[in-house]
Amino acid sequence: MANMLLGTANGSILGQSGPTFWMPRELSDHASDVDWIFNYILYVSLFFFLLIIVLMTVFVIRYRRRPGQEALSSPTHNLPLEVLWTGVPIILVGTMFFFGFRSYMDLGVIPLNAYEIKVTGQKWKWQFEYPTGYIDEDLHVPMDRPVQLTLTSTDVIHSLFLPNLRIKRDAVPGRYTKIWFRASEAGEFPLMCAEYCGTRHSDMLARLVIHPRGEFEQWLTKASNFLATMPPVEAGQRLYQLRGCKQCHSIDGVAGIGPSLKNLFGHPVQLQSGQTTADENYIRESILEPSSQIVAGFEPVMPRIRLSDAEVGALIAYIKSLSEAGQGVPVGGSTTQPAATQPAA
Amino acid sequence: MAESSAAVRGGAGVEYPTDNYLTHTQGLRSWLFTLDHKRIGVMYLVSVLASFFLGGVLALLIRTELLTPRQTIMGADTYNIIFTLHGAIMIFLFIIPGTPGSLGNFVLPMMLGAKDVAFPRLNLASYYMWVIGAIFALVAIVMGGVDTGWTFYTPYSTTTNTAVIPVVLGIFIIGFSSIFTGINFIVTIHKLRAPGMGWFQMPLMLWGLYATSIIQVLATPVLGITLLLLIAERVLQVGIFSPAYGGDPVLFQHFFWFYSHPAVYIMILPAMGIISEVIPVFSHKHIFGYKAIAYSSIAIAVISFLVWGHHMFVSGMSNMASAIFSALTFAVAIPSAVKVFNWVATMYKGSISLATPMCYALGFLFLFAIGGLTGLFLGSLAVDVHLTDTYFIVAHFHYVMFGGAVMALMAGIHYWWPKITGRMYNERLGQIACLLIFIGFNATFFPQFVAGSQGMPRRYFNYPERFTDYNVFSTIGSYLLGLGFLLVAAYLIHSLFRGRPAPANPWGGATLEWSTPSPPPPENFEEEPVLGDHYDPYDYRGLVYDPRIGGYVQQHPH
Amino acid sequence: MSDAEAQPPQPPTPHMHEDPHENAYLAHHFDTPQQQFESGKLGMWMFLATEVLLFSGLFCVYAVYRASHPEVFEWAHRFLNVTLGGINTMVLITSSLAMAWAVRAAQLGQQRLLAICLSLTLLGGFSFLGIKYIEYKNKWEEGLLWAGKYKPTAEALEHLNATGHGEAAELGVATTDASSAAGHGGAVASAPAAAVTASAPAPVVIDGVKVEHSQIAPAPPGPQGMRLVERAGLLHLMPERAPRELWIFFSIYFLMTGLHALHVIAGLGAISWVLARSLKGQFGPAYYTPVDLVGLYWHLVDVVWIFLFPLLYLIH
Repeated sequence: MANMLLGTANGSILGQSGPTFWMPRELSDHASDVDWIFNYILYVSLFFFLLIIVLMTVFVIRYRRRPGQEALSSPTHNLPLEVLWTGVPIILVGTMFFFGFRSYMDLGVIPLNAYEIKVTGQKWKWQFEYPTGYIDEDLHVPMDRPVQLTLTSTDVIHSLFLPNLRIKRDAVPGRYTKIWFRASEAGEFPLMCAEYCGTRHSDMLARLVIHPRGEFEQWLTKASNFLATMPPVEAGQRLYQLRGCKQCHSIDGVAGIGPSLKNLFGHPVQLQSGQTTADENYIRESILEPSSQIVAGFEPVMPRIRLSDAEVGALIAYIKSLSEAGQGVPVGGSTTQPAATQPAA
Repeated sequence: MAESSAAVRGGAGVEYPTDNYLTHTQGLRSWLFTLDHKRIGVMYLVSVLASFFLGGVLALLIRTELLTPRQTIMGADTYNIIFTLHGAIMIFLFIIPGTPGSLGNFVLPMMLGAKDVAFPRLNLASYYMWVIGAIFALVAIVMGGVDTGWTFYTPYSTTTNTAVIPVVLGIFIIGFSSIFTGINFIVTIHKLRAPGMGWFQMPLMLWGLYATSIIQVLATPVLGITLLLLIAERVLQVGIFSPAYGGDPVLFQHFFWFYSHPAVYIMILPAMGIISEVIPVFSHKHIFGYKAIAYSSIAIAVISFLVWGHHMFVSGMSNMASAIFSALTFAVAIPSAVKVFNWVATMYKGSISLATPMCYALGFLFLFAIGGLTGLFLGSLAVDVHLTDTYFIVAHFHYVMFGGAVMALMAGIHYWWPKITGRMYNERLGQIACLLIFIGFNATFFPQFVAGSQGMPRRYFNYPERFTDYNVFSTIGSYLLGLGFLLVAAYLIHSLFRGRPAPANPWGGATLEWSTPSPPPPENFEEEPVLGDHYDPYDYRGLVYDPRIGGYVQQHPH
Repeated sequence: MSDAEAQPPQPPTPHMHEDPHENAYLAHHFDTPQQQFESGKLGMWMFLATEVLLFSGLFCVYAVYRASHPEVFEWAHRFLNVTLGGINTMVLITSSLAMAWAVRAAQLGQQRLLAICLSLTLLGGFSFLGIKYIEYKNKWEEGLLWAGKYKPTAEALEHLNATGHGEAAELGVATTDASSAAGHGGAVASAPAAAVTASAPAPVVIDGVKVEHSQIAPAPPGPQGMRLVERAGLLHLMPERAPRELWIFFSIYFLMTGLHALHVIAGLGAISWVLARSLKGQFGPAYYTPVDLVGLYWHLVDVVWIFLFPLLYLIH
C-alpha cells in the first residue's frame, strides 16, 4: 500500500510509462513531466501529512488527561519556530508553482510544424476535422509528431480530456481554444468529455487512435476517400452519423426536430404548401435547399450543409434503404463504426 | 427540567436557571418573532440540519446510482437533477449559512459579553430570507428540478429547459441573508465588545467569524449581480453570457468564481474558528500562536479574493493570468498550514481528553490536512490540467468542505450542545459515531482521489468499467457515513428528553459563554461582564473540575 | 430592493426596557445612544459597500465589452438623448442636495424644513423616474432594446441621421442589416460559424422556447472592419459599417439604468417612510439616525448615476 501511495508501483519515477496506482499509462514527454510534478507534490505532502498525524497521535497518547494532573506549562508562542514553519512551506510551494508553471507553458507554445485538427464539441459527440476536410468521430493522430487541436463548440461548453496525455481543454462556443501534444506510443486510448454538458455527458466518449509512424497518412487517405471505397448505403449511413443529420432526423419512425427518415422514400409527404412524393429529387432538394419545402408540422430550421453531389447521392441511397419502398440493402440500423474508421492495420 | 436541576443545585454555587432563553416566553409566536440571537441561532440550526439531511439523502441516491457503471436506480436526467440539487442544497442552504447562522449567532454575542447582536431585527430578517430562499429551492424541485450543476455554467444554464430561475432566485435571496448576517456580525464585533475586551482578547472563533463576515459582505453582492444577469439572460436574452448574441460564456465563470471561491472560505473560516476553541479547551492548554491564527484568518480572507481564476486553467485563459492565479493559490495555502501547525503545537504538553468535540477536532485535523495538501496538486498548473473536472476535484473539495467544515460544525455542535440545550448527550455514543463518520468518510472519498487521477471525469452517469472498484468502495463508505449521522441524530434527540442537565461549564472553557448558566438567561448574562486588563480567553488556570456538578468551576479568579 | 433592511438601527421594542433610559429609541442591547448611532452608521456603510459591489459587477461587464467591442459603444451611444440624460443628472444632484439639507434640518430639530426638504427630495426622485420613463419609451418605440428584443425601426435610423451624427451615408442601411441578423428573436448562425461547423445542427428557437439541442454558433473571430477617422484633431475609432452586435450596448444600457432605477424606487420608498415619521415629529437632535442613513443611501444612488451618465451617454 505504501508503495502504491508513493506512486512507485511500476517505477513511474524512473521514467517508465506503465500505469501506476495514481496515474493511467502515459504517452508523451509532457505526461511524464506532469507525473514527475505530481509525485514531487505527493512526497512533500506525505511528509507533512505524516508529520502532523504522528505528532498529533504522540501528543494525544503522551499527554492524555490523567486524574489530578494539570497541563504542563509551555510557551504560548515561539517566534523562530513560527517563522520556520511559515518559511519552509513558502519555499516548497514556490518550487511546486515553478515546476507546474514551466510545464504548463510548454502546453501554450505550439510547435510551428504541428499537424492541425479542428475539434468541434456538440451534444453529445465529438467531430474531428482533418486538413483534407474529412470529418471523423474519433481522434486519429500520427505518432511522434506534434498535433495541434483547435477546439470549439456548437452549443454548450465541453471539455476534451485525454487522460493518457494528461491534457484537457475546454471547447467553448463562440471562441477557439488550442492545445497540442506529441504522442510517443501507438495504440488506442480513451477520450472523454470532462465539462458537464447534459443528459448524455458521460456518453460523450471517443477514441484516441495513435497510428504508428507512416501509417497515419495511409489511414487518412483511405478514410477521406470512403465515398469511393464503400457501398453507397454504408457511406450514406456514415454521413448520416457524421454530419449531424441524426441530431434531428431519426431512423426509427419517431419524429424529432425534423421528420423521421424511416419509410420516407417512396411515400407521400404532406408539405405546408401541398403534397408530394418523396423521390430522389425531393430528397436532393430538401438537403440542398432545406427551406424550399417544409413538411407540415415542422419549423423551417434546417441549415444548409455543404455536401458534394457524391455525398448527396450516398445519403439518398441510405434513405432509400430505410424504406421498404426503396430497394436498398437493409443495414439494420446499427450504429457501430464501419470498417473505414478502424486504424489501418 | 426545572425540578431535576433544582435537585442538583447547590453543589458549588452553580445553579441551573429555571428562567432561561428557552423558557422565558412560550408558544410558537414567541419563537417565530423572536429577536433573541440565541433563538434565531437555534432556528438556523434546525433549518440547516434539515437541509443537511435532505442533501445527504440526495448524496446517498447519487452513490447508489454509481454502484454500477450503467443505470442502477435512475435515469441520466434524474441523476443530473439530483447531483445538482445535492450541490446547491449543501452549499447554499447548508454549509455557507450553517456555522455562522447557527453556532455563530448563538455564541458570538455571548463570547463578546454582549446582550445581543447589533441589529436583532435584521438578524431575524436574514433568517427569514434564508427560509424564503429555501422555499424557492423547494418550488424548483416541485417544478421538476434543475440540471445545470450547482455552478450554473452558461450557456448550459441559459439553454436548459429545467427550473433554473426559481433556484437562482432562491440563491439570490439567500445571498442577501448572508450579507445581512455578515454586516450584523462585523458591526457587533466592532461596537459591542464587553468593556475591557480588546481585539486580541477576542476568542479566535470571533476572528474566524469576522473574516467570514468580511467575505460575505464583499463577495456575495457579486454573486447577486451574476445571478441577476443569469436570470436576465434567460428571461430577456440580454446577450451578456450567451454566445448566440456574441456574449462571452467564460465571463460568467469569472463572475461566478469571484464569489464562489471566497465562498469556500466562508465555509472553512468559521470551522477553523471552532477548532481554535475546541483544541485548547480539551487540551486544557493555552492556544499556541494566538496572533498568528488571528492574522492568518484575515490573510485567508484577503487572498481568497484573488484566486478565483484557478477554476479556469483549462478554459483558455491567458498564460499570464493562469500563472498569477496559480501563484496566489499557493500563497493562500500558507496561512492554512500555519493554523494547522499551531493547533498541533497547542496539544504539546497539554492534558488532553478525548471527549466527542475533541474527537471531531482531531478528525478535522486529519481530513483537513488531506484536503489542504491535495489542493497543492490543483494549484500546480500542469497537474491541474490533468486533474480538473475529474473525481480528484470531487474528493478534494469534499475533504475540505465535509472533512473540514462539517467535521468542525459537528465538533461545534457537540461542544456547545450543553450550552444551547442545557442537556448532556451520551459521551460514549458520541465517540462511536465520530469514529464511524471518520471511517465512512475516508472510505467514501479517498477512492475518488484515485479514480480522478486515473481519469474519471466528474458528473458522470455512466462510467467506463475500469472505474468500477473505486465507485463500489466509495458507495459502501457512503452508507457507513449515513449510518454514523443517523446515530448522531438519535443520541442528540434522545439527550433533549433524557439527557443529564448540563452544568454551566462542562468542558472547562474560559470564554465568556461558559461563565453564564446553561441554558443562558434571555439577556445572556445575569450581570454584564466586565473584564480585567489581563482577560485571556485561553487561560485555564483556576478552572477546576467539580465532580458533584459534573463541570468546571472557577476557583481563584486570576 | 431592501429599503426596510437599509435601516439597521432598531426602533424601540416595548418589552426590552429594564432601565428607563433618557432616549425612547435606545434598544436594550446598547449602552448609549452614541453606541447605537455609530453601530447603525457602520452597518449602513457596510450595506452601501455591498451596493457598490453589486453595481461593480455591471461596471465590469461594461469594461469587458467596451474593451472587446469599442466600435459598438462608439456607434451606439449616440442613440441616447444627452439632453434628457443631462437634465436627469441635474435633477438627481438637486435632490441629493435637498436630502443633505434634510439631515441638517433633522439635526437642528427644524421639523417644517425637514418635511419640505424630504418632499423636495421625493419630487426629484419622481422627476428622475419620469424622465427615465420618457427615454425608455422612446427606445421602446424605436426598437433599440436589449439583444433579445433588438429590432430598430426605420424611424430610429432616420432619427440618428437627423441628429447630424451620421458620418457615413450607408450607416442606416448597414444598421438594418445588423438588426435583421438579430431580429428573429433567436439565434442566427453567422456566416463564419457556418464555415467552421458545416454540419452544425439546425438552430431551433420556437417563440423563445429552447429546443433540446443547441442553436448557438461561434461568434465572428473579431471586430468587423474599422478605420480611423480623424475629426477635430482627435483620432476616432469609427467603423465603416454599423457593427453587427450593436445590441450589446443596449443590453448593457438597460441592465445598468434598470438596476439603478430599481434602486431609485427603493430609495423613494425609504424617503417616504422617513417623511411619514418626520410628520409625526419623531426626529430631532437626539434621534435622527433614519434620516441620516436614508440620506447616505440616496447619495449612493446619486453617485452611481454620476458614473453611469458619462459612461453611457458621453462616449468619445
